[in-house]
Amino acid sequence: MKREIKGMLTGLGVTFKTMTQRAVTVQYPHEREDPAPRARGVIALKEENCTVCMLCARQCPDWCIYIEGHKEQRPPRREGAKPRNVSVLDRFDIDYALCMYCGICVEVCPFDALFWSPEYEYSEPRIAELLHDKDKLGEWMDTVPEPEPLEQGAEVKGKK
Amino acid sequence: MSHLLAVDVGWGTTLAVKTVIVLGIVPLTALLLGYIFLLKMMSHMQSRLGPMDPGGFHGWYQLIGDGIKFLQKEDIMPEEADRRVFALAPAVVVMSTFLVFVVIPAGPRMVVASLDSGPKVFDGVGVFYALAVSSLSVIGVLMAGWASSNKFALIGALRAAAQLIAYELPLVLAVVGVVVQAGTMSLQGIVSFQQNGEIFGWGGVGFPLILTQFVGFGLFMVATQAELTQPPFDMPVAESELVAGYMVEYTGFRFLFFFIGEFGTAFAFSALAATLFLGGWSIPWVHGTAADVLGPVVLVTKVLLVAFLMFWARFTYPRFREDQLQAIAWKWLIPIALLNILATGVLKVAF
Repeated sequence: MKREIKGMLTGLGVTFKTMTQRAVTVQYPHEREDPAPRARGVIALKEENCTVCMLCARQCPDWCIYIEGHKEQRPPRREGAKPRNVSVLDRFDIDYALCMYCGICVEVCPFDALFWSPEYEYSEPRIAELLHDKDKLGEWMDTVPEPEPLEQGAEVKGKK
Repeated sequence: MSHLLAVDVGWGTTLAVKTVIVLGIVPLTALLLGYIFLLKMMSHMQSRLGPMDPGGFHGWYQLIGDGIKFLQKEDIMPEEADRRVFALAPAVVVMSTFLVFVVIPAGPRMVVASLDSGPKVFDGVGVFYALAVSSLSVIGVLMAGWASSNKFALIGALRAAAQLIAYELPLVLAVVGVVVQAGTMSLQGIVSFQQNGEIFGWGGVGFPLILTQFVGFGLFMVATQAELTQPPFDMPVAESELVAGYMVEYTGFRFLFFFIGEFGTAFAFSALAATLFLGGWSIPWVHGTAADVLGPVVLVTKVLLVAFLMFWARFTYPRFREDQLQAIAWKWLIPIALLNILATGVLKVAF
């Protein structure tokens, strides 16, 4: 019985103490928090790194990445060699209405063409406009922060 | 009232004015408690802000806007409902709230009907009347639950009935101590007893009955909590298991009636507790016109103090189980209340 009464009084104390402290709420449109540097806000595309390998589109659990491309023949690098076959990206769309921000596409990209950006304010009145095409995804590149300095002894890897 | 207005008006006009004032005051008090405690205090106790934008200043307009929203909503009635009973039930619940406000004095002469001029044997029946009409709401709750033709509503209503009847007893018995000590059932009489009383010959703070009836005050607060079906005694309206108990089929302004009833009753019970235990509208040594003017302010201050305790407990504790709830009433509150009455009677005779 003594224990119960002590517990009940402690409970009253907790709520009273919380009431006297400042609330943790951030009044979003009026004041905003800076998201953490590695926050998963939006995915940016660095187009020149993309080889149209389709790994991201195939790994995507929501199937929200749409890629189309074609092959082009380019002149050979060395004299007398065969012309090169180069994949050219025609379309790279991410449907953010479907995306669940798992980041598998960013992880799986072998040529560092996809990056996380902490930007989060891109809601739209019309759901169709959440389909970001490759130009819009390219614009997000400006908001991608510089990679964090590596920990001591880590292999040098990853660049913007 | 008519003394204050200093004009001689007929009883019909007086009655109309009083009715309009009570009709206006009950929703206003419900809004006041709802805003201060439900929206703001609870939010801060949970480390959040509550509504901040509506009305510009700390969301003061939120509840009024909610009320207007309820008025716009479609009035839905279940097909199998007992239509007349269904429609009448919220009115019965709110009516019991309105009726309590009739006897609560807000000043030496500011009371709708003090009920003190009855047969002299009783010397006023204010306390008796207030406790009697406040328990009328259980009828409305049962009507709502039965007429909804919904099993959750019925379970909620039956739980509410069991709970309200169980806690009616400690509520009444807790007040008996006050009545014994003050020697009157008239609320004005109890207030003036506290205003003019003396503690061993010293009358500096009057004699608020909470000093001797603190056990009664505690019992009254616990029983009130149960009467209001507030947490930790909210088995009848438990959202997580019964959706909203007897209110589950109600929409629009009928639901609004239940809301007004809940918070209006909270205010009425707080006012009753403030009157019985804290001296009501009175400040010691303030009489006459000054008391007429200050009375309502003092009463509301004391009511907010009591309501703070009530809502503090509401926002702190989780729900009791049904058997725990009944055990608390029958095994603890009622025996303690009876002992309190016994002790009060013995001490009254001894001193």
